Amino acid sequence: MSPTVTTSSEANGNVGAATARAAAKAAATAESAGPQTITMAKALNTAMADAMHADSSVLVFGEDVGTLGGVFRITDGLTTTFGESRCFDTPLAESGIVGMAVGMAMNGMRPVIEMQFDAFAYPAFEQIVSHVAKMHNRTKGAVKLPIVIRVPYAGGIGGVEHHCDSSESYYAHTAGLKVFTPATVADGYRMLREAIDSDDPVMFMEPKKLYWSKDLVDLEGLRAEHAANTERGTSSEGRAAVARPGSDATLIAYGPSVPTALAAAAAAAEEGRSLEVIDVRSIVPFDDETVCASVRKTGRAVVIAEAHGFASVSSEIVARVQERCFHYLAAPIRRVTGFDVPYPAPKLEHYYLPGVDRILDAVDDLQWED
Amino acid sequence: MTISADHTALGQDSPEQLAGNHVTEGAAAEAVRKFGITVEDYMLPARHQIQMVDQDGTLNAHTEQGAQPGHEYALPGDAELLAAYEHLVVGRRVNDQNSALVRQGRMAVYPSSHGQEACQVAAALCLADGDWIFPTYRDSVAVMARGVDPVQTMTLFRGDWHNGYDPAKHKVGIQCTPLTTQLLHAVGVAHAAKLRGEDTVVLAMCGDGATSEGDFHEALNFAAVFHLPVVFFVQNNQYAISVPLAHQSVAPSLAHKAVGYGMAGERVDGNDVVALLAVLGRAVKLARDGSGPLLVEAHTYRMQAHTNADDATRYRQDSEVAQWVARDPLKRMQTYLTGRGLLDDDGAARIAEKAEAVATQLREGLGADVPVDPQDLFRYVFSTPTPQLKEQSAMLADEIARDEAAK
Repeated sequence: MSPTVTTSSEANGNVGAATARAAAKAAATAESAGPQTITMAKALNTAMADAMHADSSVLVFGEDVGTLGGVFRITDGLTTTFGESRCFDTPLAESGIVGMAVGMAMNGMRPVIEMQFDAFAYPAFEQIVSHVAKMHNRTKGAVKLPIVIRVPYAGGIGGVEHHCDSSESYYAHTAGLKVFTPATVADGYRMLREAIDSDDPVMFMEPKKLYWSKDLVDLEGLRAEHAANTERGTSSEGRAAVARPGSDATLIAYGPSVPTALAAAAAAAEEGRSLEVIDVRSIVPFDDETVCASVRKTGRAVVIAEAHGFASVSSEIVARVQERCFHYLAAPIRRVTGFDVPYPAPKLEHYYLPGVDRILDAVDDLQWED
Repeated sequence: MTISADHTALGQDSPEQLAGNHVTEGAAAEAVRKFGITVEDYMLPARHQIQMVDQDGTLNAHTEQGAQPGHEYALPGDAELLAAYEHLVVGRRVNDQNSALVRQGRMAVYPSSHGQEACQVAAALCLADGDWIFPTYRDSVAVMARGVDPVQTMTLFRGDWHNGYDPAKHKVGIQCTPLTTQLLHAVGVAHAAKLRGEDTVVLAMCGDGATSEGDFHEALNFAAVFHLPVVFFVQNNQYAISVPLAHQSVAPSLAHKAVGYGMAGERVDGNDVVALLAVLGRAVKLARDGSGPLLVEAHTYRMQAHTNADDATRYRQDSEVAQWVARDPLKRMQTYLTGRGLLDDDGAARIAEKAEAVATQLREGLGADVPVDPQDLFRYVFSTPTPQLKEQSAMLADEIARDEAAK
């Protein structure tokens, strides 16, 4: 497999510089038909629509995903375009949504289902852990469950309680689930198409604070890339991306933390320090190769994640890198994560979220004088 | 709208009036139009369990069999009854053989359906070839009656893998140990079939204790809202391991729960295979014709402990068990069929021989030591193994090779 990942120029998010760069690019290419400035929401929406066009077994369902188009409008227009048998609302019952998806997948469908918010997915936990994750294994591959469970996750939007959880560790800990999380607009399209193509179930973790992030994206180019990958049997699945090249230390981030890491790297550059930013993209499977290549090159690393640090994906990344790169390390690997507290109320969340300053402090601690 | 107390038909009202304000579309309203009865009469179970053959093997009078409008059942044909009896005898032999194999250490565990064979057999026989069934861990006899190889059926209980047959090939869901999660899978299979315009019916099984689970509610509600051809079949065997039904529910009956979802419910004597075939057969037909989903509750009894690891004497009296011995599903069917001249000594001997052949197959199949492949641990987690699983697989292979070399 030869992966085609080109995301270094696609970094975006709530970062002034990136937005300005995207706007400049948009202005420069206004005349051309190809690239256009779109949101991640639009990229995800387009990925679902294209997949539904390509394969009549792709179905979208969940809570408010039909007429309303989802509370975040990610499924906007799908019912109008494809009809109520292809994109529809269900009763308010998350276990029901996932359990029904299991049966549909057993009977030839490829369900793409939406959990309205991270914490609202918990009633479905038994279906996800006991059935979605295990059906392929317990039937020795006789039953495949090509299900995508889309989960808007993490905070940074001033959301109320139970709307901002970083729940990726629960799923990453469960054998049999793939866990993807896009950080760029282009990856929103690219990775959702790959998730829908996957014969294995995918927890598709969508950083909700990046839904309205914009970037200049060539959708036709992405479609062509997807078609070429499909023909060649290649994909970017399971591969991390170098979101910003650098030489002094590696910032390892995923999902909502990638734009923050890029902002920290930009700030560090002004102080003369060159930080490489790795966008993990796929938590399961994990790309040890790309992550470790970067750390071996720079000798220093900081792992950044919004989730609580204790027993988390960030703990796993530190453990893996330490096991594989120990003799290359000039300093212990540091982590910048959410505190081990319930996700805070909106007025307190800025204390909780990993920010540029906290990341730069961690970078400063990487024993530069030794 | 009030629930009518006497369940009499209101023949003079229009279908719209009969349907009431709340039920103007969906399966129940359709059935109301079809049968010309009130929506309550359609959805509520009959006043008594439907029973056709009593515990002494005597055919009940027609008026006692479920003669109310919307609850009328036809006596199954002779061939169907004979086939059911054969499956009953085989099922009983399988239950007893497996319990013996557990005692001999040949099987890790076996939740026996001894006493519930009529439910097992009727659940399998009421379906057509293209239909699906979703069983629980206690429904091995139903799984076999759908055509799954006996030894493959018991793989889960022998302990070499979590499941031994291809669910898609047999249209038999894997035997589920978490309670009622499989009911939602049944709903999904039915939904997919309906979207493709297929006339598949799905029968979804659970026990009385399982009706307390959230997925029971979600599955019935989804099936009703999406108007799906699912027959939910509850085997009320009176106990959830040790806890009696009174601690699970104070509903008038489990079948009454159907009303809350806008579907029809029915109660049936779960040790009367004749009534079970009639009630489930009609439910499957209604579901196939678009009047689904439906809920059927069968009253039966788990004659043995929950599993070999359980001690039933801690929570129920021998006298209670003895009452149910008299209601045995095999004995009454044998008496009934013999009395009708459908079963003679030769027929009984032929059936016994067939049951013994299946028992032999189980003894030989489960007695053989089948080698397990440690690499199977990694082979099926994903369609394509992750780099991490490849590493772990190599690690185990190396560990085993070093162990072998050291021998």
